[in-house]
Amino acid sequence: MKHHRLPAISVMALLAAAGPALAQDVAELTIESWRNDDLLIWRNEILPAFNDAHPDINVTFAPTVSTQYNASLNAKLDSGTAGDIITCRPFDLSLSMFQRGQLADLTDLEGMENFSDLAKVAWSTDDGGSTFCVPMASVLHGFIYNKDAFAELGLETPTTIDEFWAVADAIKEDGSYIPMTIGVADEWGTASMGYQNIGPTYYKGEEGRLAVIEGTEALTDDAWVDPYRVLARWADYLGPGYSAQSYADSQNMFTLGRAAMFPGGSWETAPFEGQGAFFEMGAFPPPRLSADEPCYVTDHPDIALGMNAATEHPEAVKTFLNWVASDEFAQLYATNLPGFFPLADAEVTVDNPLAQDFLAMRSECETTIRPFYQILSRGDQSLEELNKVVSAAVIAGSETPEGAAERMQSALADWYEPQQN
Amino acid sequence: MATTDHTAPVATGKRPRRWHIPLLLAPAAIVYTLVMIWPLVDSLRLSFFDEGAPGERIFVGLQNYRALFGSDLWWGQFWNALVNNFEFFAIHMLVQNPIGIALAAILSLPALRGKTVYRTIFFIPAVLSYVIVGFVWRLILSPTWGIAPDLLDRIGLGFLYQPWLGQTDTALITLSLISVWQFIGIPMMLIYAALLSIPDELIEAAECDGITGVAQFFKIKLPLLWPSIGIISILTFVGNFNAFDLVYVTQGPFAAPDGSTDLLGTFLFRTFFGSTSQLGDPYMGATIATAMFGIIVIGVLLYLFGIQRRLTYYQM
Repeated sequence: MKHHRLPAISVMALLAAAGPALAQDVAELTIESWRNDDLLIWRNEILPAFNDAHPDINVTFAPTVSTQYNASLNAKLDSGTAGDIITCRPFDLSLSMFQRGQLADLTDLEGMENFSDLAKVAWSTDDGGSTFCVPMASVLHGFIYNKDAFAELGLETPTTIDEFWAVADAIKEDGSYIPMTIGVADEWGTASMGYQNIGPTYYKGEEGRLAVIEGTEALTDDAWVDPYRVLARWADYLGPGYSAQSYADSQNMFTLGRAAMFPGGSWETAPFEGQGAFFEMGAFPPPRLSADEPCYVTDHPDIALGMNAATEHPEAVKTFLNWVASDEFAQLYATNLPGFFPLADAEVTVDNPLAQDFLAMRSECETTIRPFYQILSRGDQSLEELNKVVSAAVIAGSETPEGAAERMQSALADWYEPQQN
Repeated sequence: MATTDHTAPVATGKRPRRWHIPLLLAPAAIVYTLVMIWPLVDSLRLSFFDEGAPGERIFVGLQNYRALFGSDLWWGQFWNALVNNFEFFAIHMLVQNPIGIALAAILSLPALRGKTVYRTIFFIPAVLSYVIVGFVWRLILSPTWGIAPDLLDRIGLGFLYQPWLGQTDTALITLSLISVWQFIGIPMMLIYAALLSIPDELIEAAECDGITGVAQFFKIKLPLLWPSIGIISILTFVGNFNAFDLVYVTQGPFAAPDGSTDLLGTFLFRTFFGSTSQLGDPYMGATIATAMFGIIVIGVLLYLFGIQRRLTYYQM
């Protein structure tokens, strides 16, 4: 036996020596991402399509848990072990990576001409001079509802706030469904699916968002406190023990048909269908103040791809990113990840009915982006993160709407000059 | 650890230098310096710096410490975490250690059958990962799927159920008790070993004098256990003030709800590494780490000079 082992070892040694030589022919690229949920779609659908056209570039999708993504990515970038392609969060997190020289400047990438300035705003410098990530998709916020449950109880989707409370009361009174469900325990959902979902209706979308950036409106104004007041009122409709319910719990509650409404966003489309809900789902936009007011919906540029400035294969990465900017990718992405709507100027068709419901909101309502992503979260304490904490506390009843707004305003005024007066 | 005699034999000039001593110490000393002492000193150094322009490190002296102890933002979080940490520690000292000692005392009774089975069962949680413990308890206590509401219902106590992990006034106590459940085996094992080392003659003598049962435990065994209890206390103190995993796993990086379960460890992690849209600040993180190190050193010194020296040690 022993005699046979030696040749085997020498063959292995030979292969190891030949390894680097072979690697020169096929560029190995790694994508850093927080989209754990999309792993299979990247591996089975998107990357094989790219490989058909570019057999000389091998791309691996390597996601991290969403909440730990930036912590681990920063550590990897600092130690030089990060992947070649970086999935970019919108606005300041990616901007700071660009300013540190960790993300490469992609302003001159050919594929960039497929995107409008508005699509690129979340990944450009404040003056719009440089763009550092290729925009992929945006997400829309709204309410997902159980169509079967609504039909069973004879309910129509609400268009105004008053109708919304009436619907919620009717579901509660009937008792066979919990009116709505939201993850309070892990906090983050209460901001993106709570405050940022219903908020624009009160602070009038872009108008209010820009007014806070300019310093003409404060977060303690009624327009910004009212969303907290609505969240506090949600508590009556969330079912027993909601304060210890996580995001995943609430997703399951909805797909198992125990809750009738799910304040959320278009990004739930694929996971919800993946969980095999046995009922029909639809979506409606956040209710309006009154029938003659417009509806407002958050249409948030959410995800993009950038290039690690330290990559060893810049040409291969650019080839990949140009492909990401192409119409082919936009359609592939829209088909496989319904609910993530491509930002490219390409004409894409969306077949999924739930995703179509969301897409319809874009033309029906005024759109805005999440209020605290641009500029306002640059303080020592991120306003976006604080909003998650206080929104959860308001829903759980341990903080008043006014107290929450007070905490937000003082965190902002602590460092942001336009708000110091 | 339990000896008071630290005087080493005095080296005399006649003896040759004993080179084998530094040689044998070298591997451990080098490894310990590389992986413990150097990083410790380096993070202390990091706490005197801050980021100027992106990617540029500038020396700022004590500015980070002034911010940590002087600004509303940092001091508020630090104080909250510190108070929570003392509460976490107090619950361990008041619940984990007494129960651990009691379990050990019961296990060491000669008449008890199936000792090894009980001992193993009590110790199993201590070898489980925090992630598993956190996940399992989250599920048990979950208002939607948990067995806790159902179990309480069956014995007619359903009205007692609350979403304990989701309320600001109960979450920390609940987490502390989960941690106690996990680590009850450690004090139990240490005390059990100490109890086994008590010579039978002593116990027999006590029995001849008519001291048996509970009185025997408090009058004969407990005085012999104090040094071990001291060690357990200091281990608990250091462990609790470094605690992080359980809170992070069950309550997330922001120590939900509303920071009520924030410990120094989670505060450090969040500050150092950041979370989602909160950027990490390694310099402030190093400052907090140094403050934690200071707290632990003060605690250990208080124990060494305030308590350990006053303990009576018996030669057995």
